[in-house]
Amino acid sequence: MTKTVTLAQGNGGAENAELISKIFYKQFKNEILEKSEDAAIIDGGRLAFTTDSFTVSPLFFDGGDIGKLSICGTCNDLAMMGAKPTYMTCAVIVEEGFSIEELETIVASMKKELEINGANIVCGDTKVVPRGAVDKIFINTTGVGIVQKRGISSNCVSTADTIIVSNEIGKHGATIFANREGMEFSSDLKSDCTSLWPLVEKLLAEGIEITAMRDATRGGVAAVLNELAKQSKVCIEVQEDALPVSDTVRGICEILGFEAYNLANEGTFILAVKSSDADRAVEILKTFEAGERAAVIANVTHQYDGRVILLSAWGSKRFMDLPTGELLPRIC
Amino acid sequence: MSSLELKDLYDGFRDPNVIKGYQKLIAKEAQKLPRTINIMEVCGGHTHTIMKYGLTQLLPKNINFIHGPGCPVCIMPKERIDHAYRLAQQSDVILLTLGDMIKVPGSLGTLQDARAKGADVRYVYSPMDALKVAEENPDKKIIFFAIGFETTTPMTAALIDIVIKRNIKNIFFHINHVTVPEAMELLIEGSDNDHCIDAFIGPSHVSVISGAKIYAVFPEKYHIPVVVSGFEPVDVMESIYMIVKQFNEGRSDLEVQYKRLVNFEGNIKAQAFVEHFFEKVDLFKWRGIGHIPRSALKLRSEFAALDAEVIYKELLPYEEINDHKLCICGDILRGRAKPQDCSVFGTACKPTSPLGSCMVSSEGACAAYYKYGNLI
Repeated sequence: MTKTVTLAQGNGGAENAELISKIFYKQFKNEILEKSEDAAIIDGGRLAFTTDSFTVSPLFFDGGDIGKLSICGTCNDLAMMGAKPTYMTCAVIVEEGFSIEELETIVASMKKELEINGANIVCGDTKVVPRGAVDKIFINTTGVGIVQKRGISSNCVSTADTIIVSNEIGKHGATIFANREGMEFSSDLKSDCTSLWPLVEKLLAEGIEITAMRDATRGGVAAVLNELAKQSKVCIEVQEDALPVSDTVRGICEILGFEAYNLANEGTFILAVKSSDADRAVEILKTFEAGERAAVIANVTHQYDGRVILLSAWGSKRFMDLPTGELLPRIC
Repeated sequence: MSSLELKDLYDGFRDPNVIKGYQKLIAKEAQKLPRTINIMEVCGGHTHTIMKYGLTQLLPKNINFIHGPGCPVCIMPKERIDHAYRLAQQSDVILLTLGDMIKVPGSLGTLQDARAKGADVRYVYSPMDALKVAEENPDKKIIFFAIGFETTTPMTAALIDIVIKRNIKNIFFHINHVTVPEAMELLIEGSDNDHCIDAFIGPSHVSVISGAKIYAVFPEKYHIPVVVSGFEPVDVMESIYMIVKQFNEGRSDLEVQYKRLVNFEGNIKAQAFVEHFFEKVDLFKWRGIGHIPRSALKLRSEFAALDAEVIYKELLPYEEINDHKLCICGDILRGRAKPQDCSVFGTACKPTSPLGSCMVSSEGACAAYYKYGNLI
């Protein structure tokens, strides 16, 4: 590993995983942590517990802001364990000179998103630091959720499951890139930033047999599929042309040399469900705006355990690898 | 008239039925080949396309690819990266470069490492972005570490032109632009009967600027066919078909598959622009290959006031640094070995810790093999 921390180690991909395992897991090692789930399952399976920090730049982007993101992000991690988001904490580190009006807007966004999830902030902390000590504002939220359906785990995917993606992929990452670089597209491109609990609640209420769920944040769909394949020791075979990608996101990827499946999402998740329930799960997801383009994307086999394979429409195949390094545009 | 949409750039050029159609045509035509033919795709962009879309899996066994040296990031020698690193370490310098370049290790580390240690290193999408950085940082020296083949050189020239016309005082240039044909000639002359290059797939974007004419020497002097090809899977499949047909018909011609934008002469205005600001250097070291005469550009002496290599001459290291001794990139680039023949491929040498040139950018042969695997 490198002697100093690099940005690549925060990318949600291979270097990030290495940093976490060699520095943090090494010291903190315990049975719950090592399950590497989106949220820890505690109290004998009754509660889900998770935390996340938010440092997005720009703070306000098409489709959301850091406030909305800070609630969605943590609540979604709880929802992915089949838990209803309930209690939350909020810790804010804000830079001297930050606009009060913008702070109010951010906190109002948080409130709106809390209502959607039916959760409350029950304690918090505020720190103001001198100019330059943070980039405008960083927010940390921690959440506790009450597990509604036990046994959902990224370690249990089997050949009896089918893999579904809940919506179009790559929208958050593409939006942030476009906003950050001042690229303007005459289109409705906006982040998919949204709370997923309502979708999960409905799937559970309809009795869909869910084996695993994971929201495809940093590292994108590729990172999540690789995690599922590794943790469950199975091979996931993805039909490339089944991946729902909007024309705009595909276009941005073409220009910058990215893959949509490596771009971050903030309101799109991967589900492994019992194959007999797959079509019904897609139908249910499609009744939500945030699930309009839900689709079955992959089968589970044992062809190359621990790996994800992309099958092209013309019969060739290749690995869908974890993203490595910073996402950088290709030069030519 | 409807406007051009982004998807028009690739729609149709990835059509499964067209790709399968070419697969059949190539299979039929390849049956007539008397022996295995070695096609070198010169450009890393083509290597990327071939691996990403799994095109080798669609081809008969008697068509073999040699992955050429055309990745400007991969061929950048450590000495030049050390230049960038040293420049970036200066407290009043902001170093700008393009994409992947910041990931490539020199002997001091990568530019990412330099940034983690406090240097101001930024990547830009276009050299023109330097104007904004310079305007926002009037007390800093902005050094554009210019890389790339014929495709990116005109943009650097355009930036130099603006810097001069607007009399901008804080933008400087470290030039590392290289040219394709000289490396191709060197590889032909260094090949032997067992590892001969039978045909070239030429990169279309180079020819958009330089024209197809830069490849005329290969059919004329060496009797090696060249097809100038686009970068979509349909483009590459069609180009392979055109090459196999040339063999069976006993021809060695210069043909253009990418007729959408390439003609024989190229973009004369861009060529003149490049000629105005740049001249050839006598010798330039390519990582993995070695020194190639007249294969790179430098600023003409009248623009020395903008040339970071002149201004920071005392600061920049010039000692020769050897490639890693276990690395066989030189053999891979000459078609004598495949990435998986290398003892350190995927173990000591990975995209996150590359030892050799072919692993450093996603367009290098080793990185493409590593990333997409070689399943069949």
